[in-house]
Amino acid sequence: MTNEIAISSQALVKRFTGQARTVTAVDSLSFEVKHGETFGLIGPDGAGKSTTTRLILGLLRRDGGASSVLGYDSMRDVYEIRERTGYIAQQFALPGDMTVLENMRFFADLHGIPRKQQKSSIAELLKFAGLTEFSARPAGRLSGGMKKKLALACSLIHRPQVVLMDEPTLGVDPVTRREFWNLLGNLRAEQGLAIFVCTPYMDEAERCNQVGLIYKGRLIAQGTPASIKKMVPGHLLEFKPDQFVHARELVTGMAGVLELQTYGAMLHVFVDEIQRRQGEIEQALSAQSITWSGMRVIQPRMEEAFISLVKRQEAVDEG
Amino acid sequence: MRVDPMKATIEVGATTEAPATDPVIAEELTKRFGEFTAVDRVSFRIHPGEVFGWLGPNGAGKTTTIRMLLGLIRPTSGNLNVLGYDPVKQTKTMQAHVGYMSQLFTLYNDLTARENIRFYGKVYGLNRSALAQRQQEIVQMAGLEGREDMLTANLSGGWKQRLALGCAIVHNPRVVFLDEPTAGVDAISRREFWGLIYAMAKKGTTILVTTHYMDEAELCQRVGFINQGRLVAAGTPDELKQTHMRGQVLEIDTPEPDRTVRVLKEAQAQGRMPFDEVALYGAQIHVVVPDAEGNRQPIRTLLEKENIPVTAIEWILPTLEDVFISTVRDPAK
Repeated sequence: MTNEIAISSQALVKRFTGQARTVTAVDSLSFEVKHGETFGLIGPDGAGKSTTTRLILGLLRRDGGASSVLGYDSMRDVYEIRERTGYIAQQFALPGDMTVLENMRFFADLHGIPRKQQKSSIAELLKFAGLTEFSARPAGRLSGGMKKKLALACSLIHRPQVVLMDEPTLGVDPVTRREFWNLLGNLRAEQGLAIFVCTPYMDEAERCNQVGLIYKGRLIAQGTPASIKKMVPGHLLEFKPDQFVHARELVTGMAGVLELQTYGAMLHVFVDEIQRRQGEIEQALSAQSITWSGMRVIQPRMEEAFISLVKRQEAVDEG
Repeated sequence: MRVDPMKATIEVGATTEAPATDPVIAEELTKRFGEFTAVDRVSFRIHPGEVFGWLGPNGAGKTTTIRMLLGLIRPTSGNLNVLGYDPVKQTKTMQAHVGYMSQLFTLYNDLTARENIRFYGKVYGLNRSALAQRQQEIVQMAGLEGREDMLTANLSGGWKQRLALGCAIVHNPRVVFLDEPTAGVDAISRREFWGLIYAMAKKGTTILVTTHYMDEAELCQRVGFINQGRLVAAGTPDELKQTHMRGQVLEIDTPEPDRTVRVLKEAQAQGRMPFDEVALYGAQIHVVVPDAEGNRQPIRTLLEKENIPVTAIEWILPTLEDVFISTVRDPAK
């Protein structure tokens, strides 16, 4: 059971035809999500994350390839999928004038869950989401974080085996984000749910078992967060120069510098060899009377890897 | 010559006498909506050319504070001073020197990028030649060359965000308030945006920015944490890590993070382990304990008894996210 494929996408294609040109929003995308696994689809704005989600759910018509959920074809078996899948859209709407409890009942009714059964499962989900004491509050008067948790609870009312979420924690504070991910962790670990999540948060990508990097509709990297981080060559040096622009230009052209990223007022420099290059960089900065602070070697995170991989792809595309 | 903003904080912070020139000063600022106190006796100062992070959970009072600073709503009590002006009494004069980018970028989708800039320029009363110059500067700053005549609706998130910033600073304000400017924008655009923030600060613009990204907060020179309307901590990120973290942070590396969290939380719930917090942090687990050295071995023993392999348990410096959660969860401290 645990190794069964919950979501499958094989060479999936979606094109949007406008007046002037046709855009391939999803370009031959292939991946699989197993039960008990969290798959994170990450990519820049407009890369095709939401479109992919909608294709998998059968909300959009594909132009090529295949996709399925629990073995059901996304286009043919829409209702079978809907009965077994939870979905939180990026802009979900919970009726604001209905209370938390009424919202839950509303979604339960939509899914045809008998009233008798509703009682216990709603109570259970409200407890799970930490919303029990807010049952009587209108959804419109919940905080942003609580709304997200309510959306999650509503999407689970029919006990789905698969949940798809499109940027579920957008605009949510760190405390609530942590709580939300703990809830997801419980769902995955205790109930073996397959979770598919689109996110712009790189630290959330690190919490996934598998990650797909999508860029211009294509998957440019796929694997565990650890394996993706290993795709970035070299070592990472961080420092804060006092003359930022000057330092950036100076370091860019130096031997052994593989890549340069900026991070606020700091520079992140990927080099082939730490000891040697750190010394050379320090010398070069001093020679130009540029001072710096906080020179140190850091481990690349998902974010540095992501930026590096996307930039490399951009360079390939531009030839 | 202007002082390097990266150093200005430290220099200014080191003098006990607060400089009279601080462009943003809030003293005992309070706002009540009926029974509800949204902002509760908040005092802080932002130094010239500083990037100040204004952080807190949803509903903590961040946006309400900004609206009062902008003179959009009137404080119930307390004093405000922005660039020497009183935002309540000298609203219009002050607003001519202040920029504001709201959570929802208020751009006109059916105007082109250039038209949006021109629109905002005219709202701020720029004359023809000033506008022409600013338009060019903003297009360049936002990297919008070649996209000037695209409909704003068709710009992707990162472009829109930079255009919104451009419109907010079309009148060359000396103070800029940015309310969650990077929400929903991808990592690459976020970095570019922070590059712009620092470029502005370098030129002497003072910036207040709110964000839910704690890695962005680490980039601020000073931050203030607001929770339930109260300012619970303020200082440089490094200072807060030293002064406002309850307990110490152990980072656990294991191939089985989910199970580890469950086992540790169980031990916490049953009172077998003195944890303040157990949470997944990226692929690792952060545990907040009273005594990192002393608690390390018992944790290892506990996990190994459950057949969970432990790659490493390390005592680490807290991240700003750890501090945020510790401060916000336990404001009573």
